[in-house]
Amino acid sequence: MSGFGGFLLRRAVGTVITLLAISVIVYVVFYVTPGDVAQITCGPRCSPEQVRQVAAQLHLGDPLYVRYWHFLQGLFAGQDFSTGTSVEHCAAPCLGQSYQTGQQVLDIILGKLPVSLSLVLGAMVLWLALGVGTGVLSAWRRGRVSERVLTAITLAGTATPVFVIGLVLMIVVCGELQLLPFPQYVAFTDDPEQWAWNLLLPWLSLALIEAATFARLTRAAMLETLAEDHVRTFRAYGVGERAIVGRHALRGAFAPVIALNANNVGSAVGGAVLTETLFGLPGIGQELVHAVKVVDLPVVVGMVLVIAFFVVLANAVADVLYAVADRRVVLA
Amino acid sequence: MSLVEVTDLTVGFGSLRAVDGLSFDLDKGAALALVGESGSGKSTVAGALLGLHRGTGARVGGTVRVAGTDVQEATEQELRRLRGAKAAMVFQDPLSSLDPYYAIGDQIAEVYRVHTRASRRAARARAVEVLDRVGIPDAARRARSRPHEFSGGMRQRALIAMALACEPDLLIADEPTTALDVTVQAQILDLLHTLRTETGMGLLLVTHDVGVAAESVDEVLVMRHGRAVEHGPVGTVLAAPREPYTRELLDAVPRVDARRTGSPATDEIVLEATGLRREFGRGKRAFAAVDDVSLTVRRGETLGVVGESGSGKTTLGRMLVGLLEPTAGGIRYAGEPHTGVNPAVQMVFQDPVSSLNPRRSVGESIADPLRARGERGEGAEERIRARVTELLERVGLEGAHHDRYPHEFSGGQRQRIGIARALAADPRVIVCDEPVSALDVTTQAQVVALLGELQRELGLALVFIAHDLAVVRQVSDRLAVMRRGRLVEYGPADEVYDSPREAYTRQLLAAVPALDPELAARRRAARGEPAAA
Amino acid sequence: MTESPLAVEAAGTGIPVPAAPGARRFWRRLRAQRAALVAAAVVALLVLVALAAPLLTALEGQDPTTYHPSLIDSARGGVPVGPLGGVGAEHWLGVEPQTGRDLFARLVYGARVSLGVALAATVIQVVIGVVVGVAAALGSQWVDQLLSRLTDIIVAMPLMIMSLALLAVVPANFPRPVLVTLVIGLIAWGSIAKIVRAQTLSMKGLDYVSAARLSGWGTWRIARRELLPGLAAPVITYAALLVPMNISVEAALSFLGVGVKPPTPSWGQMLTSADVWYQAAPQYLLLPAGALFVTVLALTVLGDGVRTALDPRAASRLRVGTGREDRNAREDAGTKEATA
Repeated sequence: MSGFGGFLLRRAVGTVITLLAISVIVYVVFYVTPGDVAQITCGPRCSPEQVRQVAAQLHLGDPLYVRYWHFLQGLFAGQDFSTGTSVEHCAAPCLGQSYQTGQQVLDIILGKLPVSLSLVLGAMVLWLALGVGTGVLSAWRRGRVSERVLTAITLAGTATPVFVIGLVLMIVVCGELQLLPFPQYVAFTDDPEQWAWNLLLPWLSLALIEAATFARLTRAAMLETLAEDHVRTFRAYGVGERAIVGRHALRGAFAPVIALNANNVGSAVGGAVLTETLFGLPGIGQELVHAVKVVDLPVVVGMVLVIAFFVVLANAVADVLYAVADRRVVLA
Repeated sequence: MSLVEVTDLTVGFGSLRAVDGLSFDLDKGAALALVGESGSGKSTVAGALLGLHRGTGARVGGTVRVAGTDVQEATEQELRRLRGAKAAMVFQDPLSSLDPYYAIGDQIAEVYRVHTRASRRAARARAVEVLDRVGIPDAARRARSRPHEFSGGMRQRALIAMALACEPDLLIADEPTTALDVTVQAQILDLLHTLRTETGMGLLLVTHDVGVAAESVDEVLVMRHGRAVEHGPVGTVLAAPREPYTRELLDAVPRVDARRTGSPATDEIVLEATGLRREFGRGKRAFAAVDDVSLTVRRGETLGVVGESGSGKTTLGRMLVGLLEPTAGGIRYAGEPHTGVNPAVQMVFQDPVSSLNPRRSVGESIADPLRARGERGEGAEERIRARVTELLERVGLEGAHHDRYPHEFSGGQRQRIGIARALAADPRVIVCDEPVSALDVTTQAQVVALLGELQRELGLALVFIAHDLAVVRQVSDRLAVMRRGRLVEYGPADEVYDSPREAYTRQLLAAVPALDPELAARRRAARGEPAAA
Repeated sequence: MTESPLAVEAAGTGIPVPAAPGARRFWRRLRAQRAALVAAAVVALLVLVALAAPLLTALEGQDPTTYHPSLIDSARGGVPVGPLGGVGAEHWLGVEPQTGRDLFARLVYGARVSLGVALAATVIQVVIGVVVGVAAALGSQWVDQLLSRLTDIIVAMPLMIMSLALLAVVPANFPRPVLVTLVIGLIAWGSIAKIVRAQTLSMKGLDYVSAARLSGWGTWRIARRELLPGLAAPVITYAALLVPMNISVEAALSFLGVGVKPPTPSWGQMLTSADVWYQAAPQYLLLPAGALFVTVLALTVLGDGVRTALDPRAASRLRVGTGREDRNAREDAGTKEATA
């Protein structure tokens, strides 16, 4: 088992390095832009006095690596913000504060996080179940009419942008048919039933396109496995088609599905931004779009860091799961 | 009633007739080998016995009866009852033939449960029992291992165990030892022999290797282009073949006792390696693929290098031509220290498919060394073209093949093109890395003969790297035996073959299949003794 | 001896360089797929529409940016006047709610933006991906470590989020379509670099590359003659997948209001407020949504077709579901599988 422990350690170190590198890139991209960084950071409605404070806060007079060091220090050790009249302490992990609203970025994010997590995790359950199920079905029915129909549906699914599906669902289900009211977020802790009903359409809009991708991948991976020599062995030993598809081919599709799920967390987060905006769900995505529109830089940077953190973490978890699913990876 | 009755079997794929009117019988407890070169249709026959061509679009005609089941007429269910239970198959590549994701014991248990309705626990116990039967040490523990945790030989044993699980009447072995080293091959063939005598099951062996057939069966059926060429008792067919093709095939088989004749060897040393060492990996995983190897190559001679997989022979070859930098030690060319590639030291590669760029015409590939040397100026193109044409003709191809692409050539022809490309650099040494191991025996003999001719004509020094001891014997003046990166024996070829000093060399030589069934039986008995003790 | 009809003169060298033998086969295989052919026709039509946008709008007598206040009913919140959202001889597909801009003109000019941004971004991604991938595969271990780590990081960065965020900091006077192109192109090259690196590494180990080294050629020449042509198939296959993906991303960014901004039209941007107007002017929702769907679908189907044509072995394996025919075909070719 020491091989597996070593693998976990290497993976953990790699994850930390990746996160640090992302923080460098994010810092450079956002705080070393051409133009008056302090003015941009502070926002268009800042007074010259406030801009000077922000410039001091960002250590703009110092060399780049010192500035980054202060940024990092702020992240891990917390820092103080002076707003002219009072000094506010921002405890670690500190993502800074919005100069436009005076709120701490972490508080903003934590407030919005349950909505986004509800959306993404619920949709993930849906797309894995729908996608893998459809993929298994079409591999099982390969060469028949039902497979062709499934293939056509999944192809159309991959070609429909999230916001188009969402728009259509909303207009048809809530508008024309009036089967559901227009979604309004209800916290799980308040009313679990209403929480689920209100998230049903957002889940569907986000999950359908991902499900289609998963269906295609599952089908391809299973057919790939079905073409392999070991499947021929079990055929030559009288093992029935059901066991071959359900046991051997499906097992072969595990690892690729896990890998794709990790890859798609990034694109799903993008999809979540669209879904939140479309359905007016008060999540991180909607807040990010808002912050981008009003150029509230600290909020944008904080959110990018938090989202990248989650995506990198998801990738690392998927890597470990992949290694569990296919032990040969550890030896490589 | 015979165990297997094949009457007028034809199998067609598209416009190709892989098997064409083949008939044969196999009695209970008897052993028959289908012997043939690639494209002879022998593996297709093996598949047809279990009805494996169903649903693949192949057209199958004639009748096939196996253990009382008419394979053509049988329902899907009857066919499944035949497969594995009455007739079981062992495949060529044991790694890809097992599911990488499940424990070996579970895979055997799965097959057993399909045919017996045994409980999970009983099936697991049966799996351990058969694994133990085929000589897997500590079978109860190893049954929980996955295929990649087994060595090649152990995997083939596991596959044989799976075949034994339901006590079939017939074992079909499709090239069961082709992917294995020669010493492991001998063990697997011995195992098959023992199992056959103990269980009384019939054996149908499919092989390209006449020696493997001589070791294992009572009867052979020689196939060519999907038809039977000759069929009879193994001793008769191998000792006194009636058909010209059988004779041709047997003549082409390299013999381990055939000395090299007419060697143009000299005493002039062209290439000298001292203390070569090459490590791969770093830290705890580092290992030396080649460790402290020193040897010399003289003008006009052939130095044979033999070893099993993992012996480091390919790594050594790549260092000799400068494709790999040694970790320690050095190479002297014509007395001068040399690093990196050197036009005078060329290589012929093993795989005729990957050794030529599929996107460039063969003429362009051969012209590479000429162009790299800087052939320019007035009439350069004409000179290059003339030289390439000359080289193509020299290796037995036509000058008009210049503009063709690799996929238009057979494996043997591609190997000739590879030789022409090596010659284009006007080398003094050619390192041949398994130059004939991917070829059929008749093609093998032709390519070996071509190399010999070129050597005499051009005074070339050859380093001939191979796993096949018989091929190496034919061509070598001196021999180096490698094991785990080290040179275990190094000396004149005849001395090494006739009176090996090292136990490992003796073991290697004893494992080479003999073409004489009686000699094979005696050798098997000799191999069995120390193992039984 | 006859010269191959596909032979072309390589510029400057005077050496006849035959076109890859696979090129003709590729077209034959692509033509054999009906779905791919239809998709190719649709894509060709879309490209034509995009190129001829000024011509088409001139034919209609409209342009995409002129407001027509007379055509909207400001009393009812900006709904287009007339039946079907103002469809008529003047405005073939009606006008946009609130502004009264011509819908047909905006739609065809939108095709320009969608396709232009997606194609240009794909070119950027492919160029960066190939350069980084090849450099990682051929460079020293140190270079490989650095570039591979960078690629991993790029892959880990969520495209949409980074694009969104980047669009916030760039000055507003920067031309938006160019900006969107650059952002998408510079962020999403990770997977293609990974594919190129893996393919180059596996080709580097092939014997014919070793043979070229033994011929005495240098790294650059080997990369150009032996490696790059082999990269064509996987790069084309992947690029064909990137184009529809980029179209979706551009549409999404514009939909969120941070991509291409008015007055420049874009399909995604048109959908931003479409849900409000779907009862009064359904085509304002349906047309851009349909255009997006058809474009992405056609490009995806075409991409699948290209992959099938480039790697028919994998494709046929997927169709037949058994490897046996393949094996027999290999046996016919007279090459026994390597044994050592």
